[in-house]
Amino acid sequence: MKEYQTITEISGPLVFVETDEPVGYDDIVEIELSDGETRRGQVLESASDYVAIQVFEGTEGIDRDASVRFLGETMKMPVTEDLLGRVMDGTGQPIDGGPEIVPDERRDIVGEAINPFSREYPEEFIQTGVSAIDGMNTLVRGQKLPIFSASGLPHNDLALQIARQATVPEEEEEGDDDEGSEFAVIFGAMGITAEEANEFMDDFERTGALERSVVFMNLADDPAVERTITPRLALTTAEYLAFEKDYHVLVILTDMTNYCEALREIGAAREEVPGRRGYPGYMYTDLAQLYERAGRIEGREGSVTQLPILTMPGDDDTHPIPDLTGYITEGQIYIDRDLNSQGIQPPINVLPSLSRLMDDGIGEGLTRADHADVKDQIFAAYAEGEDLRDLVNIVGREALSELDNKYLDFADRFEEEFVDQGTDTARSIDETLELGWDLLSMLPKDALNRIDEDLIEEHYREDETAEAVEAEA
Amino acid sequence: MSQATDTDVREDGIIESVSGPVVTARDLDARMNDVVYVGSEGLMGEVIEIEGNITTIQVYEETSGVSPGEPVEGTGSPLSVDLGPGMLDAIYDGVQRPLDVLEEKMGSAFLDRGVDAPGIDLEKTWEFTPEVEEGDAVEAGDIVGTVPETPSIDHKVMVPPDSEGGEVVAIESGNFNVEETVVELDSGEEIQMHQEWPVRQQRPTVEKETPTEPLISGQRVLDGLFPIAKGGTAAIPGPFGSGKTVTQHQLAKWADADIVVYVGCGERGNEMTEVIEDFPELEDPTTGNALMDRTCLIANTSNMPVAARESCVYTGITIAEYFRDMGYDVALMADSTSRWAEAMREISSRLEEMPGEEGYPAYLSARLSEFYERAGYFENINGTEGSVSVIGAVSPPGGDFSEPVTQNTLRIVKTFWALDADLAERRHFPSINWNESYSLYRDQLDPWFEDNVRADWPETRQWAIDTLDEEAELQEIVQLVGKDALPEDQQLTLEIARYLREAWLQQNAFHDVDTFCEPEKTYRIMDAAKTYNDAAFEALDAGVPVEEITDIDAAPRLNRIGVQEDWNEYIDDLEDEIESQLRELY
Ligand SMILES: Nc1ncnc2c1ncn2[C@@H]1O[C@H](COP(=O)(O)OP(=O)(O)OP(=O)(O)O)[C@@H](O)[C@H]1O
Ligand SMILES: [Mg+2]
Repeated sequence: MKEYQTITEISGPLVFVETDEPVGYDDIVEIELSDGETRRGQVLESASDYVAIQVFEGTEGIDRDASVRFLGETMKMPVTEDLLGRVMDGTGQPIDGGPEIVPDERRDIVGEAINPFSREYPEEFIQTGVSAIDGMNTLVRGQKLPIFSASGLPHNDLALQIARQATVPEEEEEGDDDEGSEFAVIFGAMGITAEEANEFMDDFERTGALERSVVFMNLADDPAVERTITPRLALTTAEYLAFEKDYHVLVILTDMTNYCEALREIGAAREEVPGRRGYPGYMYTDLAQLYERAGRIEGREGSVTQLPILTMPGDDDTHPIPDLTGYITEGQIYIDRDLNSQGIQPPINVLPSLSRLMDDGIGEGLTRADHADVKDQIFAAYAEGEDLRDLVNIVGREALSELDNKYLDFADRFEEEFVDQGTDTARSIDETLELGWDLLSMLPKDALNRIDEDLIEEHYREDETAEAVEAEA
Repeated sequence: MSQATDTDVREDGIIESVSGPVVTARDLDARMNDVVYVGSEGLMGEVIEIEGNITTIQVYEETSGVSPGEPVEGTGSPLSVDLGPGMLDAIYDGVQRPLDVLEEKMGSAFLDRGVDAPGIDLEKTWEFTPEVEEGDAVEAGDIVGTVPETPSIDHKVMVPPDSEGGEVVAIESGNFNVEETVVELDSGEEIQMHQEWPVRQQRPTVEKETPTEPLISGQRVLDGLFPIAKGGTAAIPGPFGSGKTVTQHQLAKWADADIVVYVGCGERGNEMTEVIEDFPELEDPTTGNALMDRTCLIANTSNMPVAARESCVYTGITIAEYFRDMGYDVALMADSTSRWAEAMREISSRLEEMPGEEGYPAYLSARLSEFYERAGYFENINGTEGSVSVIGAVSPPGGDFSEPVTQNTLRIVKTFWALDADLAERRHFPSINWNESYSLYRDQLDPWFEDNVRADWPETRQWAIDTLDEEAELQEIVQLVGKDALPEDQQLTLEIARYLREAWLQQNAFHDVDTFCEPEKTYRIMDAAKTYNDAAFEALDAGVPVEEITDIDAAPRLNRIGVQEDWNEYIDDLEDEIESQLRELY
């Protein structure tokens, strides 16, 4: 291993070094400062006589006398089942004072793409206990479903609620006792505040979830460049647990916005031609290399389900971070500021939310035969009610037809009864769908044109309309 | 990727620098677009720039750990595909490596690097039946025999397009692998079932003809309002989650093409898996065989190397052209062309080329038109006629259609299916905006619809368009004053338009019956709405209040036609019922 003291330039998070021997692209580098401190970095560009290095812990304090060692390998994550229950920093160094980690394997953190031919299509319903998700935007095992939120909104509460409540109903019925041990949570924090981090850690400890969790913490005051490796460490661990050790892994990554800011910072330091709003042109590819590390593989027991959280700058979902994310993930859950201020918990706006894997994960034998139709009808009715809200502000309720008034009532009750359930209630899919029928029965039968007639006969509550009529009279 | 014939190895070069997918090499003797093998692991790459002694290469595999000083080996041939029996029912990456073979060779579900495989199985034997005899003169492109490639498709074995032709001196029926000679010409040329063709070069044809036949999609809004021709081009732009992929999948499933080439370009792995799992189970509506029998998949997902994403659309269209040469109608879907454009941008920026609009290279528009130009209805060099229809999804950042990829695409394609986030949000699917979309093929396809569906197809469609237009205008007023403030006839029009939207334009891709709608059914649903319209206005003229007209309980049944298997009967009954219920009101 050759050591160089030939730094020629230091710029932002980058260090340029003259070399006389070839260095591998992406290889790991150690930089030793004059005071003995060592920092780590990665080769971003390798030419025959110089390399550009991105330093994870930042370049502050590095001078041209620092010595640079190339380790001759790309970044690795030591993986083992013993990682469960451990807390590490954003570069994978334990910070919980626990025993040294004896790895089973050291895995490249960039990860190889799953061969599309080897994937298995995800279609196993995960019951999160949250009606707005289970009923309207169902999550399945192996899906990547981000939470689109914004600053000041309770996205963490929702993520925690899901992590706490998530079950796969079928397995419960089979009375599989080991089921609990097969479930693992990987938590990758990027640039979140210590307060937020505590919120997660307290909840993990309170519920005993920590034992089956692996935590990677890069906090707001930790180096920004480090954020580009934290999710890769988390996902490498997840893939190992899922595809070697048969765990069903739920990966929570927060906050992807901070991750993207770090990418932007590196791009700017390299004087790259920026893409939209200053973010690198390759951000789509970069994000895809994270988000696509979810799924199922044919012949393997485990699965990687991703729940990335991002805060939309300016609540704007056309901003490159949510936009590119939405183009890669299999749907998204929107946290809504208005619903939040109305006190709806969790404040999920179901209309722009979407689960693309829902269609194959629901229905007879999976959830319930009426699920798809009920969902379609609720969407249609709620959208109708939402539209009418604008109009009613102008013309007043009296100017609207009887049916239109019912749609307005439907929209209100949908938010107050269906969406609003609090952070501690877990509803079964049956409860969710029955609640759906309670609400739909406010509408006349022939307005339910998205639902199969037989299903209407089976589930429609005749008395609800009667009640509604009485109430009006 | 073409690997079947041994190419002479040229002189080696040495890696000079590595930056992501872009590698430069010194002293490499190679031509533009030649395939090279990079580094000690032999990663596949393509020459994209030559400047003096320095050759720039885009590498189709991950370059982590590759260092300057490692060797680069030229192959002396451009990036080509292997053509021959065995491409249907196959799934390839962006440079035509079969993903099932890679899985086996790598022994892993993850894509390792440095592993190559020919695009078609070189060992497998096929039953060859001659179509010409000894003594016959054949020219480039001529069909010399057939092979039952799948239950749906007879593969035509053709004289390569660059052949001199000649007289057949030997031809034999029997089982051969693709490298064995099946025909010998007097010139000494030997013809095998296997051909190669460089992907960036269009395969020759005699001429492009004006398309007159629709590519029936089984989707009402497309066939009914915005049809695409066989040999036509279409773009589907839309924000994330608006239905581009579902529409492309629907076309791949139900379009009445002979062959479907589906290119998953920089999109999700699971979407390809879905096709791999579904298509073998689904029935081709025309032949009754498994859909997979007519399908070739190319999957270069978003996390696979970006350079191979750049080339995957070319791999796809070259395969499509090859089947066109056999006289087939081929439909190619590319999801998404934006990811292809972004791959160009990424490579271009690593080359430090002068960026054009939004960082895209200045040649973006030229590349897009070159690609779409390869679509068309052609007279082939062997005298057959065949077509390549191209349907490209576009993923505009922020859903804003004014960005370069959408705009440059719209300048070329003739069909525009505009997806609308608002419609998607209210789960109006397919969320194709009927006010913004257009098809420039409409008039030239009308005769086909008149002859093959109904003589008054164009008029009935015009009625539907007018009704929907009027609705759009009226909605603006309703937003201000409410529906009840409108005159009765306008209220009625709104109601009719609502049925057109719900019963006709909306179509559930996930419903077993509704997923596919033959043109006759498309016509009849539209016509049923018109029947209601005509009878309703008669009633209104006779003095019946609009609420009573819209309240008849037969009307909502219009929305259930889509899911009916016996729709003909259902519509007959329903039309009678609507008319008689309205008659009773006056
Ligand atoms: N014709 C349809 N019928 C029923 N549902 C549909 C239809 N079209 C779209 N959808 C719904 O919309 C969702 C999103 O569609 P799709 O995945 O095609 O979007 P997209 O435009 O390809 O998005 P992206 O750009 O992110 O890939 C689907 O998962 C499905 O739930
Ligand atoms: Mg898509």
